[in-house]
Amino acid sequence: MRSIYAGDMDFTVLNELLRETDEDMELEGCLGQRFIGAGMGKRKLRIHGVPGNALGAYLNGADIEVFGNAQDAVGDTMNAGRILIHGSIGDTAGYAMRGGRIYVRDNAGYRTGIHMKAYQEHVPVIVIGGRAGSFLGEYQAGGVLIVLGLHEDGRPIVSNYPCTGMHGGKLFLRSRCEDVLFPEQVTARAASPEDREELAGYLEEYCALFGLDMRAVMDAPFTVVTPDSANPYRQMYVAN
Amino acid sequence: MRLLEGQFRNPSGCAISAVISRNGERMSGKRIVESMKPMHERSNGLGGGFAAYGIYPEYKELFALHLFFDGREARRECETYLRGALELVKAEVIPTRTIPAITDEPLIWRYFVTPLRSVLANMQIDENEYIARAVMHINTNIPGAYVFSSGKNMGVFKAVGFPEDVGEFYRLEEYAAYAWTAHGRYPTNTPGWWGGAHPFALLDRTVVHNGEISSYDANRRCIEMYGYKCTLQTDTEVITYIADYLMRKQGLTLEETASVIAAPFWSTIERRPEREREQLRFLRTVFPSLLITGPFSIILGFTGGLMALNDRLKLRSMVTAEKGDRVFIASEEAAIRAMEPDAENLYAPAGGEPVIVRVREGCY
Repeated sequence: MRSIYAGDMDFTVLNELLRETDEDMELEGCLGQRFIGAGMGKRKLRIHGVPGNALGAYLNGADIEVFGNAQDAVGDTMNAGRILIHGSIGDTAGYAMRGGRIYVRDNAGYRTGIHMKAYQEHVPVIVIGGRAGSFLGEYQAGGVLIVLGLHEDGRPIVSNYPCTGMHGGKLFLRSRCEDVLFPEQVTARAASPEDREELAGYLEEYCALFGLDMRAVMDAPFTVVTPDSANPYRQMYVAN
Repeated sequence: MRLLEGQFRNPSGCAISAVISRNGERMSGKRIVESMKPMHERSNGLGGGFAAYGIYPEYKELFALHLFFDGREARRECETYLRGALELVKAEVIPTRTIPAITDEPLIWRYFVTPLRSVLANMQIDENEYIARAVMHINTNIPGAYVFSSGKNMGVFKAVGFPEDVGEFYRLEEYAAYAWTAHGRYPTNTPGWWGGAHPFALLDRTVVHNGEISSYDANRRCIEMYGYKCTLQTDTEVITYIADYLMRKQGLTLEETASVIAAPFWSTIERRPEREREQLRFLRTVFPSLLITGPFSIILGFTGGLMALNDRLKLRSMVTAEKGDRVFIASEEAAIRAMEPDAENLYAPAGGEPVIVRVREGCY
């Protein structure tokens, strides 16, 4: 695998270097360069240091692995591929994501999975190992969001206003969610055996990648959130 | 063909950054300038600036006024006013370095001053109030003169340019401060001019701000009733005056101030424990016009500390970290890593959650 030392390299120069070749690449010493892997097709990219905002935006099949934290807007409007983060991520990860997977070992910031969508076999999945900030899954229209709450800092698994404006897709929280306030237009219930089976399908790869004991992760209460009906916000608009 | 500002999409949003030593150890400006480089794209060259605390220990009992003058006439008029209103201990040009990246600079001076005790006794006000009034007077009534820094043992350095160039221009590596804040500007609604660069300062309080204030005019109308004048043509100025009003005049704590300007939603307040709920209700009810809405992340600097704060919806990014006695705050983790590659305890504060860092008592 060819390697580039990013250091203080300008983001446009770095991204051009990445686009010049179809080879798998390893980036060392990354320091805030934006748009890394934007629109990238099937290949591998390994990143050391801190990649800048919009890592893997419009990603189209590449497999990105970050050995540390990532900043805001990871996988913005991502189409296909996988982003694996051995750390935490900033705000608005997976914004309008429509395919592929984002796996985060630790925590996520605000607005994770905002406006995720799905179409037929294109079902995006985001798995957060720790906790998520406010507005988790805001305007979610499709796809699957999973938050495991394996963090140990005592903060809640999710902050305020999760699922605001949700009208499609599914959200799993590894908690009974007794203190979580959901909006009226969604249903939060304990996971059924069928839900748990579906969940296990998503978590298998995640647990294998991060070396987690799948049985221990599954051995906990899960809450499933789905929108109430096909058109939960009808009453909020003028009918005409 | 080279496109001009406004003719191309510039994927930006201001950048902020800060470092403080809890032991009060003084650091040169080199590192804080470095921190702005990975965030270069967040600015567009129309404003950059820094605030430094602890830089004038030899004059620490005096107010250090930093001023821009459009020309000699403005300087003469302003100096006449200063000599009449204050005891003027020292006047000098702020040293700068001529570099191609910074052009069209105004005259940049600093004055170490103190109010006359007899005048204070006569007017029955304290020295801070006297200086604040003098700043408002100059900025409002002397054409072409702008006080952009007015605290003791601290100073603001700002210009039109990218922040890393502004740091070089002002020779910040020659200053030593126990706390630094920095700003790279991408002006959205207001002109990019020298007085409009951040930080905005009144007395020892400074604000660097990423975002824009939707409530600006409501805030401005409210604060101008209390003797402040918004003269610098940009929204951040009002945050500085709100902080001064709430803390210096109303005696609120930093935490209470944060609960006024980034007040939680009523629905959030209702879910808090009783005592906290009552306090939050009180603050929202008494100071409704000082709630700042719209996206912001700010770092408020003051003598002996810093406070970082996001708007209640957290529409802008902010990260904090530690290493030894140093605490770092920035829009992006990359900026922190540029200052301290081995920074630890990275944390993204929630919207409306103030992060307050103080230097140990007696160490500043």
